[in-house]
Amino acid sequence: MNGSQMQALMPILMLSLTAIVLMIQASIKRDEKATWIITVVGILLALWGAGYARDFSQPVTILLQVDNWGLFFTALVLLASLVTVVLSQDSFSSEGGSKEEYYLLLVLSALGAVILIQSSHMASLLLGMELMGVALYAMIAFPKKGLLPLEAAVKYLVLSGCASAILLFGFALLYAATGELSYKGIGEKAALAYISNPLLVMAGTAMVTAGIAFKLSLVPFHMWTPDVYQGAPTPVTGFLATVSKGAVFVALARIYMDAELHQYESLILALSVLAAFSMLIGNLLALLQEDIKRLLAYSSIAHFGYLLIVLIALTGSEMASEAVTFYLAAYILTTLGAFTVIARVSREDQQKSQISEFEGLFWRNKIQATALTIAMLSFAGIPLTAGFMAKFFVINVAIQGSHWFLLSALVIGSAIGIYYYLRIIFSMSKTSGNDIGFRDRSGDITALLLTVLILMLGSWPQPFIAFAGGL
Amino acid sequence: MLMINLILILLIGGVVAIFSERLGADVPRKVALAVVIIDLIYLLIALSTIPQLETLQAPVPSDPETWLMHYSVEWIPAFGIKIELALDGLSMLMVLLTLILGAVAVSASWTDIKVRQGFFEANLLWTLAGVLGVFMALDLFLFFLFWEVMLIPMYFMIAIWGHENRGYAAMKFFIFTQASGLLMLVSILALVVIHHGNTGVWTFSYFDLLSAQIAAQTAFWLMLGFFVAFVVKLPGFPFHTWLPDAHTQAPTAGSVILAGILLKTGAYGLIRFAVPLFPQASMEFAPVALWLGVAGVIYGAILAFGQTDFKRLVAYSSVSHMGFVLLGVYAWNILALQGAVMQMVAHGFSTAALFMIAGSLQERLHTRDMREMGGLWQNMPRMGAIAMFFIVASLGLPGLGNFVAEFLVLLGLFQVDRLLAVIAALGLITGAAYSLLLMQRSFQGEPDETRQLVDFGTREMLTMAVMMTALIVLGIYPQPILDISRPVVESLISFSSIVTGGSL
Repeated sequence: MNGSQMQALMPILMLSLTAIVLMIQASIKRDEKATWIITVVGILLALWGAGYARDFSQPVTILLQVDNWGLFFTALVLLASLVTVVLSQDSFSSEGGSKEEYYLLLVLSALGAVILIQSSHMASLLLGMELMGVALYAMIAFPKKGLLPLEAAVKYLVLSGCASAILLFGFALLYAATGELSYKGIGEKAALAYISNPLLVMAGTAMVTAGIAFKLSLVPFHMWTPDVYQGAPTPVTGFLATVSKGAVFVALARIYMDAELHQYESLILALSVLAAFSMLIGNLLALLQEDIKRLLAYSSIAHFGYLLIVLIALTGSEMASEAVTFYLAAYILTTLGAFTVIARVSREDQQKSQISEFEGLFWRNKIQATALTIAMLSFAGIPLTAGFMAKFFVINVAIQGSHWFLLSALVIGSAIGIYYYLRIIFSMSKTSGNDIGFRDRSGDITALLLTVLILMLGSWPQPFIAFAGGL
Repeated sequence: MLMINLILILLIGGVVAIFSERLGADVPRKVALAVVIIDLIYLLIALSTIPQLETLQAPVPSDPETWLMHYSVEWIPAFGIKIELALDGLSMLMVLLTLILGAVAVSASWTDIKVRQGFFEANLLWTLAGVLGVFMALDLFLFFLFWEVMLIPMYFMIAIWGHENRGYAAMKFFIFTQASGLLMLVSILALVVIHHGNTGVWTFSYFDLLSAQIAAQTAFWLMLGFFVAFVVKLPGFPFHTWLPDAHTQAPTAGSVILAGILLKTGAYGLIRFAVPLFPQASMEFAPVALWLGVAGVIYGAILAFGQTDFKRLVAYSSVSHMGFVLLGVYAWNILALQGAVMQMVAHGFSTAALFMIAGSLQERLHTRDMREMGGLWQNMPRMGAIAMFFIVASLGLPGLGNFVAEFLVLLGLFQVDRLLAVIAALGLITGAAYSLLLMQRSFQGEPDETRQLVDFGTREMLTMAVMMTALIVLGIYPQPILDISRPVVESLISFSSIVTGGSL
């Protein structure tokens, strides 16, 4: 490893450094304020590092691949972590006790996500995924009061462990078939191995796909999602929905592109089934929810169904990678926007995330209500929001690849989706007895910034499309 | 720039209206009225300077330079998306109708809206801005954007200030239009992708896409996507079920805008996009569309007859009247199309007025149930007389605008399909039946002497006078409207017959 390779790893190094500094700081003097500041500065440094590393794009050892595409998602994941840190500051304030460890876990989890995004080898993939996951279990269970976080953490831990085991077994099968563990190596040898031993390759890819589908909570691997979303503290839910899922999807996209898995029709068929079920069942089950966090859990299932279409149509379109970039960016920003407001509204008590809690929010806090409205409209894919442009990309890619079946699932799914997104908006516009405005304005700036970003991405997307095209 | 300014004035006016509430509860409505009137005057001044208006040459659909106005600027070059607006005779009529009815709607909200007036008037102005965009946008992406975005302020108007069952109605309204809009989005994108495949150029411009080469089978499906979106909005049978709920639950100003203007965007879309973009497919589909139109005329009338709710009756009568528009469009000859355009304008005025009367009644009686009305003419003679006027206008009394429109449609339809024309003509009879029933139940019969009701005041009389004048002029001297719409209609018909080889 030479100097320029080290420079290429700048974001990873910065995050690691932050983690070490945090540990030292906690052992010298426990001070929540200082921990918070170090975390923020560390993530900002890592963000700077992501920009800095652009000039040094290259494969770093066999394990990591630093390129502009990955660096963009690194920056996005870091941004999401930053928002989570800001939200967390208020969110547990009523908990009592200190939470220095929480920030440390958050930095470690973000580090895992960044490694996952840049991995080009099964070993680094597993390393990143586990680092991210294990830190996340603890973050979910962090609040000391209440059983729900604990239940969520245990559920996530056990099921996620199973998924990792399946994933690992898939790697082993692929290794047995090809003798390779890097994405590219598998891609080169898999075609040959498929002829001599189709079952081994198929079983291997199927298990890898299933393991990743679990992390992305695609139907039928979605059972854990609503409980974990609901049980986890709201900022952590936002972190899980954006950082964890986003990073895993980037890894999946990398495997598909580098290993050229799109040439195996049976795999594409399997992915199509996953996508169609996720879109339809995700949206249908979201209709039944009374808790906004559970609702967003199902909605995220549906959104990853939409996103999967792009992966399936990868070969048929010249703009597929831009579509992935745009959709993930829009999804992450929108999700962050929604959870910022939810965290603010349900701050006093973790259980207050029923939709009825949002009644009259328009007349209580206009900024928060507008932010949540824009986020919901963006999820629903209404023009002028980022979500619409994202859906525009997906539909475009799907039409170019003539995936009419998936397209019809998307249309039906979106049509169902409008109902529950509107339900939240309608609930906010109700005049309830709950009309006391809240004086406290914290969280307004974050919500406002995210809203502006969502609207900008939707109404003036040209700069971003040009940028995404150049990645 | 003029067309952008028209929209911007309304958008900014909406923001001003919100903040003007701090000056007093009754300031927003004055601001809103001023904004709409400024917009109208601005448009009229600009129109008076256009030389083409006097000669009114036929605009060539695929050549923007022959249109009255054309404005185009790059927006998202990656997809060839432009901010492209254009105005011809048809859109000019619709824009004028929108602004006039917009002023009427503000007047209708004058005393009706009692809470959060600022936000209400803002939503009203934003809806108008969206509708203007729909009537002027000639870039399909931009058109779709306006098409969807105008729903949101309308949704808020119903959901916040609507009547007892507003949540359900607003939701239904939004889901129907949004879901059908998604089909249109897929169609638009498929059209663009096919055009891109043929020429290698990304463009959403109407003027370019008119010449897109599409396989007949594909064209049929794409046409269907557009058709469903527009017919839901129209609304045509069997996609009309959102309309009675939305109209009934919306506040008066909302009903005025919905019935007067929003429904016309569906008709406009059919004339401007669905048929010209896919002439061949539309021709094959025309018999089905015509039957749907007739079904709407008759079915809407029968349902209207069975209502006890004043607003619901008027809402169903809209289904019946808009059936004539569908007939006019798919008969696709000069007479029928002119009739359809005429119907769009005339129905806009007559229904808007009826909804205003319904709103005034609800404000005074706190019910829309006609079983609790009766004899109101004695209580409120001015309102009674005006209601009589608009009810006979709506049933198609000769001498008023609606008669001219329906007569032209039937005349044009007769050349295409006699049987259908005969069945559709029954709509005039059923129309008379439910309209007169409406009059009898609410304004005639034994008056309730204990009622103390305030008759129409100056503001209401003035608003009504505008619409009455419009309908009388349309009915007695419809030539100006026909002159404005004729070149557009002729050039659309000749354009589509070139494409289909003269068979349409």
